[in-house]
Amino acid sequence: MNLNDFLSDPNLLPWLIPVGPLLAFFIITLATNRAKLLPATSEEYGGHHPDYDGMLVPVVTTRSRVLSITVGLVGIGIAWILSLVTVFNGLGVGAGKFGKTVFENSIAWMATGATSFNMGVLVDPLTVAMLVMVPLACAMIFIYSVGYMAHDPRQSRFFALIALFAGAMLTLVVADNLLLMFVGWEVMGLCSYMLIGFWFEKKSAYEAAIKAFITTRVADVIMLLGIAYLYAETGTLSFREILYNEEVLHHLATTPALLLGGLGLSASALIGIFLIIGTIGKSAQFPLHVWLPDAMEGPTPVSAMIHAAAMVSAGIYAIIRMYPLFEAGGHPHEGDLTSPLMLMALVGSFTAIFSATIAVAQNDVKRVLAYSTISQLGFMMAALGIGAYIAAAFHLITHAFFKALLFMASGAVIHGMEHGEHHAHEHGHTHGHDEHHAAHDARDETHHHEEHHTFDPQDMMNMGGLRKTMPVTFYTFLIGGLSLAGFPLLTAGFWSKDEILADAYLGLSKGFGPHALVFVLLALAAFLTAFYTMRQLGLTFMGEPRTPAAEHANLGRGIVSFTMTLPLIILAFLAIFAGFVGVPPEFPVFGAIFSPETNPFFEFVKYTLLPAMQPEKPPFNWLPVLTSFVVALGGLGLGYLVYWRKPLKAGQPDPLVAFLGPVHTVLKNKYYFDELYAAVFVKPLRWFSEVVVVGFLDRNIIDGFLHLIGRVATWIGELFKLLNTWLIDGVGDGIPELVAVFGAWFRRIQTGRVQQYLLLIAIAAILIALIFAATAGGVLVQAAP
Amino acid sequence: MVPLWAYLLVAAGLFCLGAYGVLSRRNAIAVLMGIELMLNAVNINLVAFWRYLSPLNMAGQAFTAFIFVIAAAEAAVGLAIIISVYRSRQSVIVEDVDIMKW
Amino acid sequence: MIELNVQTIAFLICALFILGGGLGVVTTRNLIHATLYLILSLFGVAGFFVLLSAPFLAAVQVLVYIGAIAILIIFAVMLTRSMTQLRQVYNHQWTASAVVSGLLFALLVVGVILPVWGINGAQAVETVSEVVADTVDLGKALVDRNQYVLPFEVASLLLTAAMIGAIVIARDDE
Repeated sequence: MNLNDFLSDPNLLPWLIPVGPLLAFFIITLATNRAKLLPATSEEYGGHHPDYDGMLVPVVTTRSRVLSITVGLVGIGIAWILSLVTVFNGLGVGAGKFGKTVFENSIAWMATGATSFNMGVLVDPLTVAMLVMVPLACAMIFIYSVGYMAHDPRQSRFFALIALFAGAMLTLVVADNLLLMFVGWEVMGLCSYMLIGFWFEKKSAYEAAIKAFITTRVADVIMLLGIAYLYAETGTLSFREILYNEEVLHHLATTPALLLGGLGLSASALIGIFLIIGTIGKSAQFPLHVWLPDAMEGPTPVSAMIHAAAMVSAGIYAIIRMYPLFEAGGHPHEGDLTSPLMLMALVGSFTAIFSATIAVAQNDVKRVLAYSTISQLGFMMAALGIGAYIAAAFHLITHAFFKALLFMASGAVIHGMEHGEHHAHEHGHTHGHDEHHAAHDARDETHHHEEHHTFDPQDMMNMGGLRKTMPVTFYTFLIGGLSLAGFPLLTAGFWSKDEILADAYLGLSKGFGPHALVFVLLALAAFLTAFYTMRQLGLTFMGEPRTPAAEHANLGRGIVSFTMTLPLIILAFLAIFAGFVGVPPEFPVFGAIFSPETNPFFEFVKYTLLPAMQPEKPPFNWLPVLTSFVVALGGLGLGYLVYWRKPLKAGQPDPLVAFLGPVHTVLKNKYYFDELYAAVFVKPLRWFSEVVVVGFLDRNIIDGFLHLIGRVATWIGELFKLLNTWLIDGVGDGIPELVAVFGAWFRRIQTGRVQQYLLLIAIAAILIALIFAATAGGVLVQAAP
Repeated sequence: MVPLWAYLLVAAGLFCLGAYGVLSRRNAIAVLMGIELMLNAVNINLVAFWRYLSPLNMAGQAFTAFIFVIAAAEAAVGLAIIISVYRSRQSVIVEDVDIMKW
Repeated sequence: MIELNVQTIAFLICALFILGGGLGVVTTRNLIHATLYLILSLFGVAGFFVLLSAPFLAAVQVLVYIGAIAILIIFAVMLTRSMTQLRQVYNHQWTASAVVSGLLFALLVVGVILPVWGINGAQAVETVSEVVADTVDLGKALVDRNQYVLPFEVASLLLTAAMIGAIVIARDDE
C-alpha cells in the first residue's frame, strides 16, 4: 500500500480527503504558529482590554502568518482537488449504477469477539453531492479569512482551527459508519467552541462559545444514546449494512422500542427520534436554537463556516443519511408518517416560521442571517419529514452556497464599516477607538469620551448607501439575498425551494394532513424570508449613509479586499447556477435546456436509497410553482415598498416598529426564550451546583469524610505515641535504667579495701564448706575408693 | 603422747586468731602480724602431721622449711611496701588505701 | 586416755604461749606490745616443734622468725611511729570478722579435725611411731636430686628477688 494505490483506486481515495486539512491543523499548531511577545497596549494586539494592561501578550509574527496561511490553503486545496476527483469518479460510474455500487473501504478497527467493528469510508451519490459543496465552500472561506483576519494577532491559530473544522466535516462526510460520523460531529462541536470564542478577551464571546457547546452537547448525549441503542439492536453501525439492507430495517421497524414500546413506538422510531434530537441541537432547531444567534460573536468566516458550509449542514446531512431508518415501517408518500418523520415535519416547519418572524425584527446584520439560517434548516427538516428526500438534499447544497456568500458579504460590510469608522474619527473626533476588528467590548466604559453611545459597526441602522462605496459587495449580497428569497427562475434558491413545495403540495393534494401543514407554514416562512431579505438589503445598501462611518465605508484596495471579494464572486456565480442541476424536466423553457430527459440531480441522488424507498418524481403541477412565485415576489415587493422606495434616513425609526407595536418588542427579544431558559435551566442549575454540590456534597460530605479520616489517623497516631512512651520507651529505657541502678548499687561492694575483700573470701569459703558438709562431702565421698 | 588432734586444735585456733587479726586490724603492720600467725599455724599443722603420720618421709619438714622462706620474703616485701606507703601518705591505716575502686 | 606427764604439761604451756600470744597480737593497741606478743607466740611454736621431734625446725623458727622477721617488724613499727597510739584498734568490719573467724574455727574443729582425727575419728592415730627421721635426713632431702633440691634452689632465687624488691620499694627516691 503506497500513495499511488490510494490515488489510483477510487475506493481508497476518499481516505485521503480529510487528511489535507487535518494535517494542516497539526502542522500549523505544532510548527508554524509562532508568536512574539508584545505589551498588551501595543497597537498590533488591537483593541484595549483593561484586564491585560501591563502584561505581555503573544502576537503572531508575519512569517508565521504567511506560513500558516499557506499551509492551510494547501491543505484545503488538496482536499478540494481530491474531492473533485472522487466526484468525477462517481459521476463516471453513471447515474443508476452508482448507488447500487459504491466506493467503499473499511479496516477492522476493533475486534469484538468473533466479528470485528469496522471503520471506513463510503462514497455514494449523497456523498458525491456533499463533496461538491463542502470542500468548495470551505476553500472559499479559507481564502476569505486571509483578508478578513489580516490584522488579527492570532491569525495562525485561526487557520489551524478552521483547518481542523474542515477536516472534521470532511471526515463526517466520507464516513461509512455512525461512530466515525459522530467523531467528526463532536470535533466540529469543539472547533465551534474554540472559534466562536476566538476573541476570548470579550466576555460576550466566550459566553456564547460556552452556550453553543453546552446546548449542542445536550443534544449530542441523546444522539449517542440513539447510536448505542442502534448498535445494541443490530450489532453494527455501518450505513450500508443498516440503511441499504431491507431485513435490518424491517427488523428495527417491527421490534418494539425499549422505552415507550408500549405506546407502539418501534425501535427504529425511537432511534430515529434520538438521532433527530441530535440534529435539533446541532442545526439549531426549536427548542435548541438559542445558541446560533449568539454564535455570531465569532469572526465572520466562522459564522460562514458553521452556519453554511459545515456544522449545521452536518446536522441536516446526518438526518438525510439516516432517512431510511426514519422511514422504516411507514409510507410517507402515502401519507403514513412514522413518528420520527412526524417529529421532523412539525419541528422543522414550526422552526421555519418561528425564526423567520424573529429575523424580521433584528437590526444586527449578522443576526438576521443567523435566524435566516435557522429558518432555512427548518425548511430542510420539514422537507425530510414529509419524505421529500431529494428536495431536502438539494436545498442543503444550494443553501450552503448562498448562505456562505451572504455571511461573507456581511463580513465585508462590517469590515468596510469599521474602516469607515476609523476614517471618520481621523477626520472628525479625537477618539481612542481601535477597530481593526470587532474585538473591543462595545460596552467598554473606559472608552466613554464625548459620545453618548459606543459605535456598533454591525447595526444596520448605522449603515445605508453602501452600494455606492462597496459595489462588488452590494451586487454579490444582492444575488445571495435574492437566492435566499427564492427569486423565481434565476436563482438556485428558487429551484430547491420550489421542489420542497412541490413535494409538499403533492401530499396536500392527496389530502395528507402533515403535508398540508408543511406546505402552508413553509410558504408563509418563504414569504417572510423574502421580506426580511429585502429589508436587510434596503437598510444596508440603499438610500443615503446614515452615519459618518457609513459615508466612508469601503474595503480599500490591496490583498485584503481582493481575498475578501474573490470568494464572494465565485459563490455568487454558484448561487445562480448551482440550481440548474435540479430543474424538473416538465418545466417550460428551463426544463428543456437543463433537464431534457430527467432531473439530473434527482436521478443521481435517488439511488442512494434502496429501490423500495426511492421516491417518485412528483408530477409537474402549476400550483406549487405559482405559490413559489407569489410568496417570493410578494415578499420582495413588500420589502421594496417599505425599505427601498423611501429608504430610511438617519435617526428615522424602523416603520415596522410602529406597524407591529408591542409585537415588535417580543420579536426583537426573540420571544424571550433566552430569558426563559436562563430562569428555568441555568439559574436552578447554578443554584444546585453552588448550594448542593459545592456546599453540601463537597464541603460537608466529602470534606467531612476526609476530615474524619484525618481525625482518625491523628487519634491512631496519639495511641501509638502512648504505646511508644509506655511500652517501648518504658521497656526499652526501663531495662537499661534498671541495670544501671542495680550496677550503681552493686558496685559499692568494690570499696578498694583489701580487708573487706578478704572478709568476703572468708565468708565465701565458709559457705562452700557448709554446703559441702550439708551435701555430705558430695563428690569427694563417692570418689574415695 | 599428746594426741594429734590437740595439735591440730591449737593450729586451728591460731589460724583463726590470725584471720581475725588480718580482717579486723586497722594498722597494716598488725595485719602483717596476723599473716605471720596464720603461716605459723600452717607450719604447726604440717609438722604435726609429719610426726604422727609419716615420720620417715621428710616432705613435712621440707615443706615447712620452704614456708619459712616464703614467710620471710613476704614479710620483707610487705614491710617495704608499708614503709613506702607511709612515706607518701603519712598513714598506715589499711582502710584508707582504697583508690583501686570504681 | 590423756596422761598427765611432762610432755603433756610442756604441750599445754606451749599452747598457752601460742594462743595467748596470738590473742595479744590481735587485741593490743600498742604495736610494740603486739610485736612482743608475736614473739611470745613464735616461741611457743618453736616449743611445739621441739615436742614434735623437729629440733632443726625449732632452731630455724627462732632464728628466722624471731630473729629476723619480728625484728624487721619492730623496725617497721618504729619507722611508722606516729600512728601507733591514738587510734582505734579495729576497723569497721571487726564484728563480722569475729563472727567469720569464730565460724571458721568451729567449722574446722567440728567438721574436719574431730571427725577425721578425733578420738573416734575416721583416721584416728592409735600408735605413734618412735622411729623418726632426723636432721641429717632433712639435709639429704633438701639436696637430693630426686627430692627437694629444685624447690630449694627456687626458694633461694625467691629470697634474692624479694630482697632486691624490698630494697627497691623501700628506698628513698632521690
